Amino acid sequence: MSELLIETEDGDLDSAPMNLQMGPSHPAMHGTIKMRLKLDGEIVQRSDIEVGYLHRGFEKSCESVTWTQVLPYTDRLNYVSPLCNNVGYCMAVEKLIGVTATERCQYIRTIMAETSRIGDHLTCVGASAMELGAFTAFLYAIEAREELWRLTEAVTGARLTHSYCRIGGLKDDLPLDFEASYRVVEKKVRSLIYDIRALLDTNRIFLDRMKDIGCISAERALSLGFTGPCLRSTGHDYDVRKYAPYMIYDRLDFEVPVGVKGDNYDRYLVRLEEVDQSLRMIDQCFKQIPAGPINVDDGRLVLPAKDEVYHSIEGTIAHFKLIMDGIKVPPGEVYSYTEAGNGELGFYLISTGEGRPYKCRVRPPCWALMQGVAEMVEGYQIADIVPTFGSINMIGGECDR
Amino acid sequence: MAKVVERVGDSFADRIYVPAILAGLKITTRHFFRNLFGQKETVTIAYPEVKIPYSPRWRGQHRLLKRDDGEPRCVACFMCSTACPADCIHIVAGEHDDQGREKFPVRFEIDELRCIYCGMCEEACPCDAIRMDTGLHAAPVYNREAAWVRKDQLLARNGRDYAVRADAEGPPCAVSSK
Repeated sequence: MSELLIETEDGDLDSAPMNLQMGPSHPAMHGTIKMRLKLDGEIVQRSDIEVGYLHRGFEKSCESVTWTQVLPYTDRLNYVSPLCNNVGYCMAVEKLIGVTATERCQYIRTIMAETSRIGDHLTCVGASAMELGAFTAFLYAIEAREELWRLTEAVTGARLTHSYCRIGGLKDDLPLDFEASYRVVEKKVRSLIYDIRALLDTNRIFLDRMKDIGCISAERALSLGFTGPCLRSTGHDYDVRKYAPYMIYDRLDFEVPVGVKGDNYDRYLVRLEEVDQSLRMIDQCFKQIPAGPINVDDGRLVLPAKDEVYHSIEGTIAHFKLIMDGIKVPPGEVYSYTEAGNGELGFYLISTGEGRPYKCRVRPPCWALMQGVAEMVEGYQIADIVPTFGSINMIGGECDR
Repeated sequence: MAKVVERVGDSFADRIYVPAILAGLKITTRHFFRNLFGQKETVTIAYPEVKIPYSPRWRGQHRLLKRDDGEPRCVACFMCSTACPADCIHIVAGEHDDQGREKFPVRFEIDELRCIYCGMCEEACPCDAIRMDTGLHAAPVYNREAAWVRKDQLLARNGRDYAVRADAEGPPCAVSSK
């Protein structure tokens, strides 16, 4: 013990650096992650991030199932906003096949993906606030998310693992009363977000933990491959929905919120502002959404209508062929990227022309974010890891795949 | 295009913290009284005495549908087990005495522990024999055997009282062949 204590020049007792293992099962390390910290008192000198505790072999598993059967796996990537993943995957496969989803389908996908994004941001903001002791804000965020999940359940049939999109379309159209029930939910969500902001925005305890903590510069963030709210908080306005508009995002009027410093507070503000923008987008979608089919008119991709299957031999044969052989995706490779809750979610697919993916590589936004965590926590106090790591919104399912 | 977020909280009033406490208390008190007196507004429910109704599309545990004569509609075509990404449906097909029927499932078993409730079996069934409209949760069980649901159990389950598929009038195999 005595050799660890070094007397410094000013007479203070200083101690040798201490190694601390934070995680993998630690309440603040959501999604099982381990940080090996070298501490000088309370200050983090060096940190080493260990990921991979939630590795399930997503990419390998995809190679043994049909293109449609990959969909439930994608639900479990970023399990806080599964619909964004559904949309991203279906768009990648459709790009490889060379089809475009119908107008109505694209609008529905946008509405659902944005709903999912709101849920994602609310969970992140609520959970980070809770970790700083603001439990009330967490309850309000979860209350709002619960409303959104109930709405999503009415559309997709599940609260969390939706498996809603299909290659070339969707599982179901929106329910008839969807817009009416959305309006009720929207009102609640807006008022709850107002309350969350009123509780947190100017609360000194919250601000002292968030402001100027976990800073990263725009240059450094870009070179690490940051995307999504974490990059935008540094002041860079990269948003896939603006830079490479997919689906119908070019027809929607929305702004990309950016931060100034890239600290925790900016990430918090950017996320909440994005929720507002998402609500705006959904509003516009409801105004623009056309009637029409939700599935592309291609019997090689989409299961025939049940009526045809029940009453015609052609329908039955098409149905059986499509389920037994899977969708035949032409040989080739494609990279398709969309804006998911945490940033650019990319799918790199290779097909050899059989009914199964030859390779399905995911570019998870969290993976890039995790590379920046080490330098975002170094130099700050050990307690600052909690809000920094919380505002990154690392999702284990997506990062470790 | 880009909108810079507004950083607040640096004013003197924010730094002394007292106004923030009062503003926060105002909100929490409002929620408190709303939960206390507003019966409709209350967020929590007294589960399990009170349950929030599931939406019509909600996917619960499976059931097998019957024909008019009480036998399973299933023709043991293996479409559901082929479409199942979790590989949880196990069927043994048998030859039926009735020449018009040809095949029927001798055994039809679902491992509810493997099932991921994705609904692909429902979608794949060509004769509307399997549905997930029972409204039953994945129930906790004491041993794995109990989660292995067999044909007679699946047939005994009832659906909730709305049609899952309004687009079709029903498959021909729903009608008795005799």
